[in-house]
Amino acid sequence: MAAEEIIPVVVEFTGGLEMLFADQRKHTLAVPAKDEEGKPVTVGWLVNYLCEKVMKDSRKEMFVLDGHVRPGILVLINDADWELEGEASYALQPKDNILFVSTLHGG
Amino acid sequence: MEGANAKAHTLRSRILETEAQLKRLKEELAQVEVSGKAHTGHDSSAKENPVAQGTGQKWPLSAEEYKRYGRQMIVPSIGILGQLRLKSSSVLIIGAGGLGCPAAAYIAGAGVGKIGLVDGDTVEVSNLHRQILHSTCTVGMRKVDSAICFLKSINPNATYVAHPWHISPENAQEIVGGYDLVLDCTDNPASRYLISDACVLLSKILISASALRTDGQLIVLNSPPLPPGNVAGGPCYRCVFPKPPPAESVLTCGEGGILGPVVGVMGVLQAVETIEIIVQGKITPPDSTQIVASPTNMVLYSALGTPPFRSVRLRPRRPDCFACSPDATLRLESLKGGSLDYALFCGLMPAVNILRPDERIEARDYAQIQKNGDMHLLVDVREKVQFDICHIEGSINVPFSTFKGGNQESRIHKPDWLPQSLPPEAPIYLVCRLGNDSQVVARILKDAGLTSGGARWIGDIKDGLKAWKDQVDGHWPEY
Ligand SMILES: [Zn+2]
Repeated sequence: MAAEEIIPVVVEFTGGLEMLFADQRKHTLAVPAKDEEGKPVTVGWLVNYLCEKVMKDSRKEMFVLDGHVRPGILVLINDADWELEGEASYALQPKDNILFVSTLHGG
Repeated sequence: MEGANAKAHTLRSRILETEAQLKRLKEELAQVEVSGKAHTGHDSSAKENPVAQGTGQKWPLSAEEYKRYGRQMIVPSIGILGQLRLKSSSVLIIGAGGLGCPAAAYIAGAGVGKIGLVDGDTVEVSNLHRQILHSTCTVGMRKVDSAICFLKSINPNATYVAHPWHISPENAQEIVGGYDLVLDCTDNPASRYLISDACVLLSKILISASALRTDGQLIVLNSPPLPPGNVAGGPCYRCVFPKPPPAESVLTCGEGGILGPVVGVMGVLQAVETIEIIVQGKITPPDSTQIVASPTNMVLYSALGTPPFRSVRLRPRRPDCFACSPDATLRLESLKGGSLDYALFCGLMPAVNILRPDERIEARDYAQIQKNGDMHLLVDVREKVQFDICHIEGSINVPFSTFKGGNQESRIHKPDWLPQSLPPEAPIYLVCRLGNDSQVVARILKDAGLTSGGARWIGDIKDGLKAWKDQVDGHWPEY
């Protein structure tokens, strides 16, 4: 296989997080299948990629804090809490849907 | 002005008194009608079953209740058993706002026997687009009283209990302990953690919802409500969100805005869950050996999303949860003893006092500068949607959000908003809604070296546009 192999994934933002990504809720991305070290890319890698390549807003700390997704954001892999799927170490599969939800507090 | 206010106040209280009197008369009439029918045998069921009225010796509900709840009782999943379960249950609704109002209306209508409302606020006119139990003539009244007044007109059969204060670690046990089921309809992270902790300690199912702008979220927590340490119990709020969000990432409805029907949808969904849980007999913790663990879901609603509703699967109880795990250190005594500071845990937003007094200007003094025609720049740092509603003539808009963060794209390092024609010594005034964000931006600009080596004054208008209305322009459209 070519080194350029890519994985198509859908990334979605809700609960106000979309504001950090040009007010766009759904992003269809094609990410490389392997990271710089040749290992399969993970959700943790994707979070970094989103922060560096996709996010236009300067407020990075609203998405990632101290190297982790900031408290108050749920990460769902194919509609299941990522803690059920191995968290950041989950290896991305073609057509995965990764949803980032910021918790709301208003009422 | 003062005279008109006083007259309006008198009229409002007279309207309230008259409405209360009207309500009493209606209740009296209802009683007369019910007993009248019983005596004349006007009602066919009464003819066949003379003892059926009110006392319920033969039939478990009164004739009026069969009529009132008939449309929902004939729904197969409710039935007479479900209706009796609703009648014998008690529900606590914490927060009588955008979630609590619609939730309470349907829960009262459905025939829940006892309904408690917790809220320490009074009704404001800015509540009315979403808080449907309150009305223009109850502005200024305690929310719990205004709400109960409306609920009694929907259904006088229930017992309503007013708790006219905010939930606190000190009062949580006493209030929550008196009910079978709890609805979190509050609006801040500190109360959400507190309510969840109380529900875990007292084994109550918690139906939690929230909303902002055009989005809403709903989770049924601690269901089944098994004691801490039992892994078959449902996760609590801390299992899902072990760490609170940073305070600066939390927006209230007052800051971020809220669409009335969006929060209404979430409150109505809470009522649906409440009815389902009670009718299915789930409020009492089941025998834990017979539990088939079913996953806890979170319902997401986005008015602008396609599709608008989505359900996601959450994790079970967290093995190291502070509140519900086998190693949990949370106790009722620590709650009541005040050793847990929820406000501190969630990060207090410090009172903004960033600028010195000589770096701030009163609104009336700024108005004079504007009148004199002195060369200056007025920068309004509210978000564009607010600037479009109203702004001071001559001001320019550079939203607060564009100043945050330290990278090269930030508006600090590229002040493209700064007019070329502005002399280097001309002062820059910052203004916002209340005079908090304006201080932050003034400090950022000073630190970024926009003072022209000290020749330029940079500061903000104290108390923002609120002061502008108070001191300069009484017709200013405060929103
Ligand atoms: Zn827990």
